[in-house]
Amino acid sequence: MNNLQETWVYLSSSPLLHLTLTLLAFVGANTIFRKLKFNPLANPVLISVVLLVGLLVITDTSYQTYFEGAQFVHFLLGPATVALAIPLYRQFERVKKSAIAIVVSVLFGSCAAILSAVAIAWVMGAQTISVISLAPKSITAPVAMGVSEKLGGLPSLTAVFVILTGICGAMLGPVVLNVLKITDWSARGLAMGVASHGIGTARALQVNETAGAFAGLAMGLNALATAVLLPLVWRLFFS
Amino acid sequence: MIEYLTLILCCQLLGELAVSALNAPLPGPVAGMVLLLVYLLVKGGVPEPLAQVSDSLLNNLSLLFVPAGVGVMLHFDLLGNELIPLSIALVLSTLVTIAVTALLMVWFNRGQSESGQSGSDSPQ
Repeated sequence: MNNLQETWVYLSSSPLLHLTLTLLAFVGANTIFRKLKFNPLANPVLISVVLLVGLLVITDTSYQTYFEGAQFVHFLLGPATVALAIPLYRQFERVKKSAIAIVVSVLFGSCAAILSAVAIAWVMGAQTISVISLAPKSITAPVAMGVSEKLGGLPSLTAVFVILTGICGAMLGPVVLNVLKITDWSARGLAMGVASHGIGTARALQVNETAGAFAGLAMGLNALATAVLLPLVWRLFFS
Repeated sequence: MIEYLTLILCCQLLGELAVSALNAPLPGPVAGMVLLLVYLLVKGGVPEPLAQVSDSLLNNLSLLFVPAGVGVMLHFDLLGNELIPLSIALVLSTLVTIAVTALLMVWFNRGQSESGQSGSDSPQ
């Protein structure tokens, strides 16, 4: 018994436990996802996060302790983003052919993301600081947090919005695209990448390589567009 | 294979350096993606081991967002009593963004209709 206790104390302070739990949760979530025939509503990121947050709350574990294990997975996000160059390279002829369409669609998509979020939150009576923090929600977390901070928002609140937007886009995006009868994989991918950054890209990549390549490209372009446009829009309307 | 993993990390590192030197509003890894793309364009093809490394990273891209996702638990109370307006804004805005971007892209590309690219969103 004493031995078991010691083992637990050892394990709960070693990165192995939470790294393994992260993978187990994801494997479980992926099994559910597959059982439901890859229905976008059964998003594996959402299921894993719910499972893990539940577990951490029940076992009274802090996020810091959890992250000591999970950081090894988190670290791979950087190299994986770089690796998006490979699907992009394979689609490069198509990208070149519709370069203007891509740039214009991303720019308008970027404006739509900013303006609709700000307008709706404003109309519904959210505080200014929350509205600022929400505005860059569609772009990848490090840039979104930087933009939010520059405009006087709360970077950590922005990080929450970014993740939730990613999950929301990955879940509902395919539904919207089906309702609109968009069958072109490049348009589907581009839309997912603009609206919901890496999590949308992950979903797009799972379904089709063309969609994945365009999503990765859109994610990068929108990070750039929002970082430049949002401060301009903000100055124009709110100061 | 290890050479290409190293290549990917070098691109990321150079990307981070470039971004901070130029003070550019881009994440380092995205700049790294551009560098790797330039490398591939110059080389004119994807070496097989690099394809293997990238496949193993990208096949489970969703997994890599889980640790950051769990971080939501830290800040959930920041949403406070604005949970409803902010969630509605977030969801509607995401749907609008997807619709606007996809419709524009289709509209712009309508001239050069391509066959064999249609399908519904489910893996084959």
